[in-house]
Amino acid sequence: MAWTSLASPPRFHAVAGRLVAPLWIAALLLGVAGLVVGLGVAPSDAVQGEAYRILFVHVPAAWMSMLVYVAMAAWAAIGWAFNARMASMLARALAPTGALFTALALWTGACWGRPTWGAWWVWDARLTSELLLLLLYLGFIALVESIPDPRRADASGALLAIVGVVNVPVIYFSVVWWNTLHQGASLTLTAAPRLGASMLAALGLMTLAFWAHAIAAVLARARAIVIEREGSQPWAAAVLEGRA
Amino acid sequence: MTGLAFVHALLRRDLRLASRRRTQTLLPLAFFGTAALLFPLGIGPEPQRLREIAPGIAWACALLAAMLPLQQLYAGDQADGSLEQLMLHDPSAFGIALSKAAVHWATSGLPLVIVAPLAGALMGLTADAAAMLALTLLLGTPVLSLLGSLGAALTLGLRHAAGLILLIVLPLCVPALVFGTGAVAAVDGGGSAAAHCELLGALLIASLALAPWAAAAALRISTE
Repeated sequence: MAWTSLASPPRFHAVAGRLVAPLWIAALLLGVAGLVVGLGVAPSDAVQGEAYRILFVHVPAAWMSMLVYVAMAAWAAIGWAFNARMASMLARALAPTGALFTALALWTGACWGRPTWGAWWVWDARLTSELLLLLLYLGFIALVESIPDPRRADASGALLAIVGVVNVPVIYFSVVWWNTLHQGASLTLTAAPRLGASMLAALGLMTLAFWAHAIAAVLARARAIVIEREGSQPWAAAVLEGRA
Repeated sequence: MTGLAFVHALLRRDLRLASRRRTQTLLPLAFFGTAALLFPLGIGPEPQRLREIAPGIAWACALLAAMLPLQQLYAGDQADGSLEQLMLHDPSAFGIALSKAAVHWATSGLPLVIVAPLAGALMGLTADAAAMLALTLLLGTPVLSLLGSLGAALTLGLRHAAGLILLIVLPLCVPALVFGTGAVAAVDGGGSAAAHCELLGALLIASLALAPWAAAAALRISTE
């Protein structure tokens, strides 16, 4: 069956329902493995000592915070342009997860900055734009939650997300544009990575764990949103009564 | 009526309405003065420190003052049904969004361009820096009006519109604030403000090109 059939709410609800549990298990296993490698196996850093290990959480969280915003804007735009309800619902389901990752990136960044820079917070371009990203998420969530009519909420949210997406590349390129306290990216596609193999493995495992967590949480939330919106339909009523 | 004549007629009508509601029109200016007064009282009268933070205070207060009239930007016309009639005439809503942003700027941005340098001078800005403050506000306040018009259109008719507008629009206004205050600080420090002013001008051109479309789309969504 074509993947576009997932645009149908009952089909999405059923397929997502089968995916959620395996994804949660994958997130748990990958997270445990990533923490074991990151905290136990990877050597301590020559300059930063043990404090750098929080980056195994910080870096994936920061990556996901930006990626989820782009995904949210893309799904919202698809939902708005093609009047696809399921895409709009997916965009709404992505927002809290993105906000969570942004808050986590800020929080772990502060925990890393204290021993390394000697300050919880510096007004560096990258930190500030991450904080602005959090505000963009909160603005999106507040706007769509304040509009009672789902069609208007979806369209308004899509417009706001598209306007806000301009901010995401600014975050990414800010390290290049404003050469400030924040260290440049250690991972680039053009040069050989300067991280040790076990560090790279821990980072990769944690990133996969974050992906699995994000997809599982978003699918679970989207299923709840579908049932909330389509509660009057016979199929949703059957789901609610436990018959399907 | 052609598009340009429509915008012209709408501008004249809204400016006349603004001139009849003087208290409402002057409220952002009064707010600006009051808010700017709080900072020297809170921070202390030390001239050197005040001079350093004067551009930031002036810009931040101008930003907040620009947010004040936004909730009423379309709400009055929506309440008496004239917005619906205007939308019948201009289904793309582009002319409406553009003229509303222009009126917002003329009634809240332009007065601040004149008053803010005075506030800056009271906090010890040199004449050059105060002039640069006026120039950056001249370039920057239209950006606030254009983005504000988008926020007002998105939140039209919602119960917590005023708070939502602040949450939505203020983060988008941050670049204008950064470049605006940066330019004044550069002049105050004896440097050149050309780079900041060019970026602010680029911001103005980009928002002028994009924000009215977005605000018009938001208006169509909100009045559907």
